[in-house]
Amino acid sequence: MIGNPPRTLFDKVWQAHVVLTREDGTSLLAIDRHFLHEGSHHAFAQLADKGASVARPDLTFGVADHYVPTRRGAGQVIDPAIAEMVERLERNTAKHGITLFGLGDPRQGIVHVVGPEQGLTLPGLTIVCGDSHTSTHGAYGALAFGIGASEVAHVLMTGTLWQKKPKTFRINVDGALGPGLSAKDIALHIIATVGADGATGHALEYAGSAIRALSMEGRLTLCNLSIESGARCGMIAPDETTLRAITGRPFAPQGALFDQAVEAWRQLPSDENAHFDREIMISASDIAPIVTWGVTPEQALPITARVPDPARETDPVRAEAARAALDYMGLTPGAALAAVPVSRVFIGSCTNSRIEDLRSAAAVLAGRKARVPGLVSPGSSGVKRQAEEEGLDRIFREAGLEWVESGCSMCVGMNGDIGQPGERIASTTNRNFKGRQGAGVRTHLMSPAMVAAAAISGTLADCRPFVEGRKA
Amino acid sequence: MKPFTRVTALACPLPIANIDTDQLIPARFMRRTRKEGYGPVLLHDLRFEADGSPKPDFPLNRPEHAGAGFIVARRNFGSGSSREAAVYALADYGIRAVIAPSFGDIFAQNAVNNGLLPVRLPEDAVENLILNLSAQPAPITVDLENTRVEAGGLTLPFVIDPVWRTKLLNGWDDLDLTLSHAAEIRAFMERDARARPWMAPSRTG
Ligand code: SF4
Repeated sequence: MIGNPPRTLFDKVWQAHVVLTREDGTSLLAIDRHFLHEGSHHAFAQLADKGASVARPDLTFGVADHYVPTRRGAGQVIDPAIAEMVERLERNTAKHGITLFGLGDPRQGIVHVVGPEQGLTLPGLTIVCGDSHTSTHGAYGALAFGIGASEVAHVLMTGTLWQKKPKTFRINVDGALGPGLSAKDIALHIIATVGADGATGHALEYAGSAIRALSMEGRLTLCNLSIESGARCGMIAPDETTLRAITGRPFAPQGALFDQAVEAWRQLPSDENAHFDREIMISASDIAPIVTWGVTPEQALPITARVPDPARETDPVRAEAARAALDYMGLTPGAALAAVPVSRVFIGSCTNSRIEDLRSAAAVLAGRKARVPGLVSPGSSGVKRQAEEEGLDRIFREAGLEWVESGCSMCVGMNGDIGQPGERIASTTNRNFKGRQGAGVRTHLMSPAMVAAAAISGTLADCRPFVEGRKA
Repeated sequence: MKPFTRVTALACPLPIANIDTDQLIPARFMRRTRKEGYGPVLLHDLRFEADGSPKPDFPLNRPEHAGAGFIVARRNFGSGSSREAAVYALADYGIRAVIAPSFGDIFAQNAVNNGLLPVRLPEDAVENLILNLSAQPAPITVDLENTRVEAGGLTLPFVIDPVWRTKLLNGWDDLDLTLSHAAEIRAFMERDARARPWMAPSRTG
């Protein structure tokens, strides 16, 4: 097309939302969706200080997830300090006329699971939330990113946000993944390749045949972890898989509006010859099941590898970081990763708690027993109902794992679901930071199938022998 | 917001990479309101033993770094979550600037929104600074007007986004500026609602 320079998916969504651009290049973006959770109390306090109101309550949605107890059946006692966090969100959203998927609402769940499930997450939108894993929603071709409390207050008050335009970075993953592998392995492989700050200041686009082949759940997992390589956001162009996932969702456009939307969404994929500031190619067949061994997601290796030896690291700063990580993790250089004993497992979080994740863990666990205790927390109340319809809850229970309600749970431990100091947890979450799952707790990140394999083995384990002959 | 122009203070070296937001403020402390203050829980699990006593070896606990106004750390400082409380903890403790080779994006934005200056220096300059400060604790100067750090005999220029610099120098927040564009925002949203009627959530509750 003469006259129109080719544009990336990111460029198209960005440009459609620029209200104005200052001389210094910062743009004021219109925000299409603003998700809130209990952590928004700082922003509401700023609003109260200013006596301000919410500009777009129609585009703002609250979800109770960060603090909700996951054991909340009849007779369960809820810590009053935790209940207060959930109630504070109820009061703040009610006061400003914001729709809330609160505790007890059948639509409740983790914010990044609920948005897509309810049809609030759509291609071409700008989506923000005071949670860094807001990058998840980019799986639909939305421009979605996490913001801090002052920015949450700004969006609440104005429906807009000032942003510097990030650079663009396309990651092409071509070829077919081996059996037992999933989007989590692609994501951890990418983070280990580019580094935990390797994509800082960039908007990622994931492309290539391996990405096209991913289900919507897999794409959400991949985009979720964009932030762990430092990226501002991660995006995937909408296609037939995306459209199928949106059709019929409660808040998604219906009828003629849906057709009009589809027409707009078809224009979104990056134009041929669009310029990216950076680009890398990854071959899917090079990816093995991955576990983290350290305290940042970049400290990750194939399960077949050994614990790295810091003495062989040439860069002294990296060597020291590795030494400190191994010290915290209680690991010995040279030990086989697949023999490291674990004391607990966790399946959940906005990274890996959708129905497909639960199915893949259940496929490994069916008819087998876990050697260690563990928690399975579905990503939403809706996912929980579906899993129970499919009988997955029975498989988890019969294996010896606890099947609980939906929430952030052991991803961040704010609701009190934490491990004991020194415990080693195989986890489907997104951060293996020191103390993330409780003070002194050691976290190994991996896919749901890998966590299931670890549960059965009582050690970190290769899931591939366990998935043989089984259908996820 | 307190403007940041030129500040001279003690700098505490923290020779650690990837000091993430969970280190800066463990999640269990995030129920506090800002009025209660976040300074006492800054880097809590690195600073304190399980019984609550300070770890004597942790740099911030050492007497020679008492009252430090700057932290000098290794790469990827503030990576991780969007929790602005990580910045509150630093600010409430009295930290005015953090010097490191790289920062988490959201952390840096949150810092600027709270008058805390993220200073990006090359890795070797940071290593040098850590070495010198560890050998001999001394006040250094962070000069935002002239975008440079003065430490001992060294002058280390740094680059900062011009927007951030202006905001910090003046102690501005974005809101007043945004509100001055209220008419343009309204016009944009009206136009957009006609162009993309499908954007609105199809039901509201
Ligand atoms: S599950 Fe974890 S990463 Fe996801 S929204 Fe909750 S706290 Fe954030």
